[in-house]
Amino acid sequence: MTAQVITVTSGKGGVGKTTAVANLANALAMDGKRVVCIDGDIGLRNLDVVMGLENRIVYDIVDVIEGRCKLRQAMIRDKHYPELYLIPAAQTRDKNAVSPSDMVRICADLRPDADFVIIDSPAGIERGFRNSIAAADRVLVVTNPEVSAVRDADRVVGILEAEEKGTPSLIINRLNPVLVKNNDMLSAEDVLDLLGIQLIGIVPEDESVIIGSNRGAPVVADAKSRAGQAFRNISKRLQGQDVPFMDLDVQNGLWGAIQRFTGRK
Amino acid sequence: MMDQLTSLVQIKGIRDGLLATFADAPWEDLRVALLMQIDERPAFFQGARLAMDVGNQILKVNDLVDLRDLLSERNVSLWAVVSESPTTEHTSQLLGLATRISKPRPEERKQFADVSDETALFINKTIRSGTRIEFPGNIVVLGDVNPGSEIVAEGSVIVWGRVRGMIHAGAKGDRNAVICALDLSATQLRIADEVSAVLKPPKDPRPEIASINSEGRLQAEAWKQANPS
Repeated sequence: MTAQVITVTSGKGGVGKTTAVANLANALAMDGKRVVCIDGDIGLRNLDVVMGLENRIVYDIVDVIEGRCKLRQAMIRDKHYPELYLIPAAQTRDKNAVSPSDMVRICADLRPDADFVIIDSPAGIERGFRNSIAAADRVLVVTNPEVSAVRDADRVVGILEAEEKGTPSLIINRLNPVLVKNNDMLSAEDVLDLLGIQLIGIVPEDESVIIGSNRGAPVVADAKSRAGQAFRNISKRLQGQDVPFMDLDVQNGLWGAIQRFTGRK
Repeated sequence: MMDQLTSLVQIKGIRDGLLATFADAPWEDLRVALLMQIDERPAFFQGARLAMDVGNQILKVNDLVDLRDLLSERNVSLWAVVSESPTTEHTSQLLGLATRISKPRPEERKQFADVSDETALFINKTIRSGTRIEFPGNIVVLGDVNPGSEIVAEGSVIVWGRVRGMIHAGAKGDRNAVICALDLSATQLRIADEVSAVLKPPKDPRPEIASINSEGRLQAEAWKQANPS
C-alpha cells in the first residue's frame, strides 16, 4: 500500500479548505480507505475543531518534527472511523517550525500504511503553503465563485505550474445556483474559463455545512445534504471512479420549489 | 578544496540586503559553496534578504526552487536573481523573483541597446495572476493574460488569447508600439506613457489592435483585413 498525498489549497482564506479536507477525509474513510489528515496551518489550527477531535490532542506535528514524540503518537484516531487519523498543527508556534523537507519526510513515513494523506494548507503563498505542497502528489485548489477568490486561485495555479507540481484540480465551493441564474454570481463556466484547469467538483452552498463544521461532524455523513453528496462524489473521483456531475440547475415552478424545500432535487 | 569552494561565491552588502556573485563553475558547486558560506556564519545570515548574480548560468525552475527552500530553511529569503541568460531570467520571473536589483549593471544596459526590432520573447502558456513578465523587446503570448498579471515590453505585445490583465508596450517610451489580442478586455493598457482604463465592455470579443492615434491618445480598434482580396 502506498498512499497518495493530496494537498488542498486556495490562496485566499475562508473559501472552505478546512471544510473540504474534513469532508473528503470522512468520505474516503466511509469507503473503507485508510486516511491521514495533516493540518498544515501551524499557529492557526482548526481542522481538529471541524473534525470534532480538539479535546483529544496530546502531541502535534511540531512535536514529531522536534523529536518529542513518535509519529504514531501524534496521530489522533477519528471517533467514527477507526481508519481515519488526524495529525494536528501546533497552535503556539509559527510556520517556521516546519520546513518543506520535514513534510516530505513525514509523508514518506505515512505512505506505506495509508491510502490517502490529505494536507490542509494555510491561506497565502508563503512558507506554510510551500510546506504543504512540498510532498504533494496531487493538489486540489478550492475557490468560491467570487472574483477575488478566483484571482488568488489563479495565482496559486501559476505557482504550482512554475514549481512543476503539475496542473491542480479545481473544487468550486459554495456555488449558489439561484444567484448564478440571476447573473449575480460567477457561474462554474466563468470560473473554469479563467482558470483553465480540470474541475473535480462543484459544492453547492448549503447551510448544513456550517452547522456540521461547528458541531465537529462533517456534513458528508448526512445522506440528504446536497453539499455532502458533492463531497462524496469528489471522493469517488479521487479514487479514480467516473462520477457524473450533479445537476445544479434551478427548477422552476411549484414542483421545483417543493423539491428544493424537501432537499430532494 | 574548502578555500577553492569559498572563492566561487562572493558575498557583499548592498542597499537591499546581501548580494551573492557567482564565479563561472558548475551550478552544483556554486550551490554547495553558497550554502557552506551561510552555514559557516549562521548568525550573520540570519533573516537576510539575498539577491544573486548568477552570470550566464542557465537555471531551471527546479534549481531555483531547491535553492530557495534550502535558503528558507536557513532563514535567508531569496528575492532577486540577476542573470544574463534569458532562460534564467524567465525562470525567476515565473517564481515571482525580481530580476534586477536597484542598480542595473553597466553590461546589462549594453545588452539592452543591442536588442533589435525583431527580438521577441515567445511564451507558450497562460500568464496567471501575480506573474510579471518584462522583456527589452517584443513579447508574443500564445495563451491568455489573466487578471492580476502584468506584461511589460519595450516593444509591442501580441496575445493569441484573451487579455484581462495589465499590458504595457513601449515601456521605455516607444510610441509606435502596439498591443494586439484576440480579445482585449484588459483592466488597463499602457503604451509609452499613455494609460487607458477599461477600453470596452467585455462582451462581443473580437481581435483588436491598440495603438497611439494621430491625436496622441491610446485607442483600440477592431482588426480589419487590410487588403481584402
